[in-house]
Amino acid sequence: MIARATAGVTRRGLVLLAILLAAALIAPFFASDYLLTVLILILYFAYTGQAWNIMMGFAGQLSLGHALYVGLGAYVAAALYVHFGIGPWLGLLVAVPIAVATGAFIGFLAFRFRVGGVYFAILTIAFAEFARVGFDHLAWTRGSSGLFLPVAQYSHNDLWQLRGHPVMFYYILLAATVLAFIVCRSLLHSRIGYFWLAIREDEEAASAAGIDTFRYKMIAVVISSGMTAFAGVIYAFYYNNLFPEQVFNISRSIDIILAPLVGGIGTLFGPILGTVILEGLSEGLRTLLGILGIDVPGIKQVFFGIVLLLVVVALPEGVWPWLARRFRLTERKQ
Amino acid sequence: MPVDIYLNVAVGGILTGLVYGLMALGLSVIFGVVRVVNFAHGEMMTIAMYIAVTLFSAFHLDPLVMLVPIAAVLFVLGYALQAGLINRFVTRPEHSQFLLLVAIAIIITNALLILFGPDSQNVQASYAYDSFQIGPLIVDATKLYAGLTAVAVTAGLFAFFRFTPLGTAIRACADNYTGAMVVGLDVKRLYALTFALGTACVGAAGCMLLLIFDVTPTVGPAYTLLAFVIVITGGLGSMPGALIGGILIGLTEALAGLLFTPSAKSMFAFAILVLVLLFRPQGIMGKRAA
Repeated sequence: MIARATAGVTRRGLVLLAILLAAALIAPFFASDYLLTVLILILYFAYTGQAWNIMMGFAGQLSLGHALYVGLGAYVAAALYVHFGIGPWLGLLVAVPIAVATGAFIGFLAFRFRVGGVYFAILTIAFAEFARVGFDHLAWTRGSSGLFLPVAQYSHNDLWQLRGHPVMFYYILLAATVLAFIVCRSLLHSRIGYFWLAIREDEEAASAAGIDTFRYKMIAVVISSGMTAFAGVIYAFYYNNLFPEQVFNISRSIDIILAPLVGGIGTLFGPILGTVILEGLSEGLRTLLGILGIDVPGIKQVFFGIVLLLVVVALPEGVWPWLARRFRLTERKQ
Repeated sequence: MPVDIYLNVAVGGILTGLVYGLMALGLSVIFGVVRVVNFAHGEMMTIAMYIAVTLFSAFHLDPLVMLVPIAAVLFVLGYALQAGLINRFVTRPEHSQFLLLVAIAIIITNALLILFGPDSQNVQASYAYDSFQIGPLIVDATKLYAGLTAVAVTAGLFAFFRFTPLGTAIRACADNYTGAMVVGLDVKRLYALTFALGTACVGAAGCMLLLIFDVTPTVGPAYTLLAFVIVITGGLGSMPGALIGGILIGLTEALAGLLFTPSAKSMFAFAILVLVLLFRPQGIMGKRAA
């Protein structure tokens, strides 16, 4: 069982993984409040990046509108809480199916009508933008003036209502990230995973080989949108405020996909490594500019853009495949 | 509401749509030939808009007069980008190209933020409040000038691709990459020229749009999206399609703003996009299996 679960990873890689997990488990005891918010952000993007990676990295369907699923999860759960006092874990049972249904609807339309490649990407943007403008005018969720949750009391952690200290959100997201990793790994090494890779590499060949490409692309969309919606629910209860302009913005969709793209698309460690690199870079630049006494809005993002550019020019496959080869962390290319 | 209000708004929408069409034409030309989706298209337009705003506030130069030099600056920028950076991405997968252009877009937006600050800026031309009475119609002077200039630039571009040897060579690259290489065309240079033409288009469109709308550093993505919507509606890679798509979207936005609320206007543009993608994925003017 254990041998099978760890197949393909070298001993060096396993030791590193164990150290990493242990560090993640004890980190909140040593982190300052600020560092904790950064760590929460890292876990959030590691998780959502993993969810997005199922669609693009595994099944080869480029979604540029994943903010839609985050937003639906966040808005449905928050609105149920605000209007009817329904807690997040019950709200989840409504929010995730709604996001999944939306994802399935988009997938059904796109795959039935053979909308692929760039066209599919732009279709996903269109639906996310449609939702952004729509929620701006939806009175039930307070439109563009924003939906607010009663602010959390940090005195005690109520896990059932998700009211409490950021540390609680840290552990929830850590559990979600680990779980998503395990799910993705088992999916990738299952029948479905191999079918996905076949579709990603050459859809026509996969179809000719008897794979029901429509069905397996739909499975990818359904799993990916459902996982992403869960992150949305956590987002709503962590930040306590939702604005359509922010939640559904195309920049949020791009934020989600940067980590897996930088880390290595289609790899399991790519989304995690990518988000650590990007957040580390972002915070490093912030600290450096602070030390230098440079306080110009936008300068951090310019450097961020330049580094991103250099990474994509130098490492087209992403950082993880290069790192794994260089330090022999995996036995074969995943 | 009386009919002439609808008519006035519709004409205004069509004139704005002509400028949108020119902006989208840039994207369409780049995709049609180089096969790269320029995800930094709107950001490149904001560069042109800020050059125009600066020239206006410093020297009172009208954006329409400065259109040619500004388009030339964008041409050089586009050429340098394609020759220096994007050419090596032509054969890479879409997501890799996407990441590259997103990085470029982030750099542009924030460099403009550093240089010009977050506040919106605009140009108050001497004719900003003029209008023409044509029969029952009242047309804003700014929109009329912008629309007519867009038509002139577009006509020039059509003529270039149709009648000049260079234009024909670029079309050859788009039709058959290998064939163009075989007959001895310098495809890399032609790609750079095409990308430069595309960015020059969007630069010219930026000068015209500045007469109608304000500019902020963060307005880029909205225009990039708008250009996508137009180009796909009209047919990705089709030049007349971009123009027709532009007019259609301009008209839709104007009428939706009048009938519902201006803030919801982009919903209608996206609804059109979804319908086109589902029922005519090649676009209104597009060829099958492009």
